[in-house]
Amino acid sequence: MAYSDKVLDHYENPRNVGALDKNDPQVGTGMVGAPACGDVMKLQIKVNDDGIIEDAKFKTYGCGSAIASSSLVTEWIKGKTLDQVMEIKNSDIAQELALPPVKIHCSVLAEDAIRAAVADLKSKQTVASEVA
Amino acid sequence: MDTQAIYFDNNGTTALDQRVLETMLPYLSAQSGNATSRHIFGRSSRQAIERAREQVADATGAHPSQVIFTGSGTEADNLAICGITAKNGFEKIAVSAIEHPAITRAAQSMKAHGVVIESIAADTQGKITIDALQDLLSSGNDDKSIGLISVMLANNETGAIQDLASIAEIARKQHAFVHTDAVQALGKMKVDFAELNVHAMSLSSHKISGPQGAGALILDKRVDIQPLLLGGGQERGLRSGSENVAAIVGFGAACELISRELIQRIGSVRQLRDQLEKGLVKLGAVIFGHGADRLANTSFFAFEGIEGETLVMALDRKGFAVASGSACSSDSTEPSHVLMAMGVDEDLARGAIRVSLSNVNTAAQIEAFLLVLEGELSRLRRLTAIAV
Amino acid sequence: MTARMPIYLDYSATTPVDKRVAAKMIPFLTEDFGNAASRSHPYGWTAEKAVENARDEVAKLVHADPREIVWTSGATESNNLAIKGAAHFYQDKGKHIITMQTEHKAVIDAFRELERQGFEATYLAPEADGLLSLDKFRAAIRPDTVLASVMLVNNEIGVIQDIETIGNICRENGVIFHVDAAQATGKVHIDLEKLPVDLMSFSAHKTYGPKGVGALYVRRKPRVRLEAQMHGGGHERGLRSGTLATHQIVGMGEAFRIAREEMDLENARIRRLRDRLLAGLQEIDETYVNGDLKNRVPHNLNISFNYVEGESLIMAVKDIAVSSGSACTSASLEPSYVLRAIGRSDELAHSSIRFSIGRFTTEEDVDYTIELMKSKIGKLRELSPLWEMHLDGVDISKVEWAAH
Repeated sequence: MAYSDKVLDHYENPRNVGALDKNDPQVGTGMVGAPACGDVMKLQIKVNDDGIIEDAKFKTYGCGSAIASSSLVTEWIKGKTLDQVMEIKNSDIAQELALPPVKIHCSVLAEDAIRAAVADLKSKQTVASEVA
Repeated sequence: MDTQAIYFDNNGTTALDQRVLETMLPYLSAQSGNATSRHIFGRSSRQAIERAREQVADATGAHPSQVIFTGSGTEADNLAICGITAKNGFEKIAVSAIEHPAITRAAQSMKAHGVVIESIAADTQGKITIDALQDLLSSGNDDKSIGLISVMLANNETGAIQDLASIAEIARKQHAFVHTDAVQALGKMKVDFAELNVHAMSLSSHKISGPQGAGALILDKRVDIQPLLLGGGQERGLRSGSENVAAIVGFGAACELISRELIQRIGSVRQLRDQLEKGLVKLGAVIFGHGADRLANTSFFAFEGIEGETLVMALDRKGFAVASGSACSSDSTEPSHVLMAMGVDEDLARGAIRVSLSNVNTAAQIEAFLLVLEGELSRLRRLTAIAV
Repeated sequence: MTARMPIYLDYSATTPVDKRVAAKMIPFLTEDFGNAASRSHPYGWTAEKAVENARDEVAKLVHADPREIVWTSGATESNNLAIKGAAHFYQDKGKHIITMQTEHKAVIDAFRELERQGFEATYLAPEADGLLSLDKFRAAIRPDTVLASVMLVNNEIGVIQDIETIGNICRENGVIFHVDAAQATGKVHIDLEKLPVDLMSFSAHKTYGPKGVGALYVRRKPRVRLEAQMHGGGHERGLRSGTLATHQIVGMGEAFRIAREEMDLENARIRRLRDRLLAGLQEIDETYVNGDLKNRVPHNLNISFNYVEGESLIMAVKDIAVSSGSACTSASLEPSYVLRAIGRSDELAHSSIRFSIGRFTTEEDVDYTIELMKSKIGKLRELSPLWEMHLDGVDISKVEWAAH
């Protein structure tokens, strides 16, 4: 499997590895994939009061392309609004990383992770507003 | 072994070109990986194989994706005949009367599966008669239509070249697939898969100054085929087994040399062959297939009343390596099936000798050969006269 | 650290050609070229003599008669010829065939092809240690069973099957017995005078010989018959046509000679290296050895590192050349079917690495590998959400994962 330079770069020096407090109401956590499929991605976003993503962290169990895809999206989503990040398409990720066809599913998973994190955050906020 | 012997059996096998050997050595001596492994050792083997695939494709007018590497020409022939027939469920196939045993015996083996095998006749010059093919394809004596025909591009014994493009045109009109065994043709004439317009074509490395142990089937990807060897799924699943990297690299390098040197090779070798045949005719030889388009390096001939095997042995003692019949069937004392198909008298056919030249042979060697031949002929004729 | 980079620990995928082997081969590529089937001139005779010498060497390593050795293009062809050839020849006696789920693809796919042709196949699961249960094997045999195929040494986990007992069961029941020994030559002693085996496949390039050549042992007494699968000039007594690659056969003969003379010393050395590697790697948490350690060739160590993914692991350890799963199937993303068959979870199957040690592996290579694995596994686990959950005390197997 020949990896692109960008995949290798993200794999060697993954950005934003780590965890945020998943109980923080301003943190949304998305966990997608399954160990049996060979990929699990956990993406966490933290929004500030203006609805801007001010921090993002990930942990990924998966191949180099999966690690690179999740590392890349943490870079991309920081500083953006939730609506903006929902615009990110897996094809953008695949193109940026020059993923071969057999690795497209990694970019799909990364897109799913963004959606899952946003959904988690929104459900928390809904609950919060209902409680309020 | 007496390495002074002069080698005139280049249709049997060829000496490995030194330049080809150089390309192979790294894969024979240093660490080379299994081409399916994903680490650096495996990837460099994979790259070497893909480069060879391009070289083979370039030399044969094919696309690299049409090249399936095999272990030999025989394997490519078996894969084509058995694989295409089985996968497509053909009930009847036709092979020419002058094919290599790799084709005829592969075809015969399909009889056990209920496949009917037809033979396409050849004329006295060893050319497939287009009329015979036409009749065979259009007017079957039963309701089974012919699914596949196989006609070799150039014959290993006579060197006769078939008009494959016309044969393919006729076959395609009748919706039959066409395979050609181009093992003897490659390196001795222009071979262009696209121009020949056939569906499948067999090649072999060791006939073109490449190493033994590699061959290829060029296959139109629209043709379904059943693999012979099942397993790891190499060669798009069509030929399993760890790739013979060194031999494939050598095959590729030998093909590249053909691409560069073919025209010059043909020219020099044709001169030698003409020189030889002029001398042979003077000595009273009958030259088989001389009326046909032939490979420039091949001369197949006999002398009335002289047994071929005896003459070959006599020449061998004098330091000339030539063949009687074809190398692959020289175990048997049957007269050549190719000559039988051409209607040659059986006694004369038993006298058949093949000289096949390469561009390392020289005019001086031909001259020396003719001289020795003249002496041996008169000696053998004297012996025969005494025996009678 | 003076280890050579990258370190080759993938001897089960292929071995380098031993320099002594290459030296024997090269003359047959240059001055001694010739078609071994050309009987009419000395070029052919020299080739034929060399081929027969090599046949003797192959026969000697496994205590067979040279006349029982048929050359092929490799173990894949040997397996195909043995299985399809014997099944076709004996099909009038019955159409049931038996093998194991953990066999090499070449065996499995030949069985699948026979199934398409109307044979009925049983694929026996191994026990958790990778070994075949003799009772299960005995129970699988039916009156119409004609052929069984069980490999001597597994390519992925290195376990050694009890071929002698399995063969005796076959004999008692009149079943033809084929053994894929591609991974076994030079690693375990094989004595075909004693072993009740009818057909055995060999490969050169797993034993420091060249790629592109192998052999099939076909027993003469009692005689085993095969239907040829490759037709043509009638080479190899009609069992296998096609021009013999003289230099490759010569290489296989020399490789097997060296194996016969050196294997005992070599295996002792390799066992020490394997034990050292095993001890080092077991210092890492959550590692699992795949396959039985006792009935196993010393060359193989297959270990799963829990909570890291196999492919990223391979990327992380690119200074060592190893396999995850079998080399022959590593183009696919499926977890190893061998590890699945011995009951490993998909996760552990994915995170397995096969280290295979060989003739040129050094102690420095092993030490470097241990250190590298420790640091890279640590790094990947830091990245792994599963490791995090494990440390938090979550039982990963109980988590419900969203299907995708």
